Amino acid sequence: MNSKRNYYILTGMGFGFAFLYIPILLLMVFSFNEAKVTTRWSSFSLKWYQALLENDAIINAALISLKIAVISATIATIVGVLAGIALVRFKKFKGKTLFSGLMVAPMVMPEVITGLSLLFLFVAMEELIGWPDGRGMTTITIAHITFCITFVAVIIQSRLQGMDESLEEAAMDLGGRPIRILFDITLPLITPAMISGWLLSFTLSLDDVILASFVSGPSSTTLPLVIFSKIKLGISPDINALATLIIGIVAIGIVIAAWLMNKKEKAYQRDIQMAVAQNE
Amino acid sequence: MKENRLIPNDHSQAEGDKAALPTEKSAKHFSTLRNLLNSFENRTWRGVVIGIPYLWMLMFFFLPFVFVFKISLAESIIARPPFTSLIAWVDGTRLSINLIFDNYLLLLEDDFFTIAYLNSLKIAFVATLCCLIIGYIMAYGIARSKASIRNVLLLLVILPFWTSFLLRVYAWMGLLSNHGIINNLLLAIGFIDQPIQMMYTDFAMYVVFVYTFLPFMILPLYSTLEKMDMSLHEASADLGAKPVTTFLTVTVPLSMPGIIAGCMLVFIPAVGEFVIPSLVGGPDSMMIGRMLFDEFFANRDWPLASAVAVVLLIFLVVPFMLYKFYSARQEGRYV
Repeated sequence: MNSKRNYYILTGMGFGFAFLYIPILLLMVFSFNEAKVTTRWSSFSLKWYQALLENDAIINAALISLKIAVISATIATIVGVLAGIALVRFKKFKGKTLFSGLMVAPMVMPEVITGLSLLFLFVAMEELIGWPDGRGMTTITIAHITFCITFVAVIIQSRLQGMDESLEEAAMDLGGRPIRILFDITLPLITPAMISGWLLSFTLSLDDVILASFVSGPSSTTLPLVIFSKIKLGISPDINALATLIIGIVAIGIVIAAWLMNKKEKAYQRDIQMAVAQNE
Repeated sequence: MKENRLIPNDHSQAEGDKAALPTEKSAKHFSTLRNLLNSFENRTWRGVVIGIPYLWMLMFFFLPFVFVFKISLAESIIARPPFTSLIAWVDGTRLSINLIFDNYLLLLEDDFFTIAYLNSLKIAFVATLCCLIIGYIMAYGIARSKASIRNVLLLLVILPFWTSFLLRVYAWMGLLSNHGIINNLLLAIGFIDQPIQMMYTDFAMYVVFVYTFLPFMILPLYSTLEKMDMSLHEASADLGAKPVTTFLTVTVPLSMPGIIAGCMLVFIPAVGEFVIPSLVGGPDSMMIGRMLFDEFFANRDWPLASAVAVVLLIFLVVPFMLYKFYSARQEGRYV
């Protein structure tokens, strides 16, 4: 009876994972297809990768996207860490309900609404104070930071919740100053969470079509905008090649990050064990 | 500052205690001063930590909605910016406030909009249900698997979430199109004579919705299922309950917080989705996100697009509050 049930669950899981991975794998396989038809295999070829390298529009858009992603991930991580600390370590403050609401809402808010409203804000600000001057990289970066802060805050929050507060309290009792406690104790402990927050922000920024559609200017076409306008017309093999490159880079990045974090986490656990052993 | 230096900052606690208390009197003196200084510093510090993210989100998330609301009560005109202003001087002496409700009236009266709203709710609901069924099986399977492979399986669920949303939608375009991989395969084995129309149908939307939102369903479900006490199941079985009864009366009710959180995480963004309906959806199956986008970009009607956004927001407030309520009860430890 029990094994029969397990069998059903295993089959279900197998189908689930196949469902999650087969489309991506097929997409990657067909980027090496010689023929222009992206769905019938003819022979192995790298010509779509070569076409990609010769496509200046795509390369420029990729550079703009990377620049925006690095800047917005960095700022979003700084602000998001502060927000995460505020949410977990400060038990009560004025307007905390609104604060925590603001830290979740952008995650579930339809991006069309976020994009539309940000555009209105930028238009109104330009009229009032003359900044931002037109729309472009600055406005896209601000939009991405706003969107990513909440994701970083959630990650930091969950890490801090699982963390012992007593280290920070001990440092405070010993007269440690807030800034030093932050840099000497809190930040080193949440480094893995910060790295995942940064990486997630980076990929979210690199992936965003909707916000960018609203707040980009004519001189700042990001990579997803190029991809989106291209695939609206149908599938094309050079996009398969581009997708394979992006997914490959992201996957390698994630695996390296996971490995590094695992190492750090183990070292941290070892330190704690040693400290406990010494005290005994 | 000086006071702080008297207290050694090395982390050996015992030494610190001795040094901090040279004599009782001076210690008292120091501690009052130090407390004062510390509390001032702590308060400034608190202000910075709370203030920066708070101000940022108020400025770039909250304030923009005020503009959306304001513009939704304006009228579209051909100008820069393309809407009438809320407050205007008439004849130089009278200040008039123009609240124009025409956009909302249009949304109520025009079937086109009503149908789009209902269609969005329907598609989001069905997609959420499919996600729940598939997600529950997978989350259950992962939670019941050996601890050693659990993390690997979980990583496999999260990994697609890291790869581009746009490209994941694109991957399905290659599968579903008339000359796509599925149709080619079915034709090759002789199962069908001519390609089945799958692209630009509701079916395509459901498949892609489930595909892209599945991780959001699995993670909260997993986090409740994993924490569940297995002895309850044993107790239920010992008392003679059939597995199905145990599942329905023990497992499902206990995992309710996860079910609600997962459903909201899928349903809320799905209602306003834009990319999926515009890439794989049919022209006769309008969704609200796509309509807002078109109204704004194709028709350049800012006030109407704003009204569409406001109504959509009202639709989402209730599920959002539900989600907030349940996620507050559940320790969000799955990200």
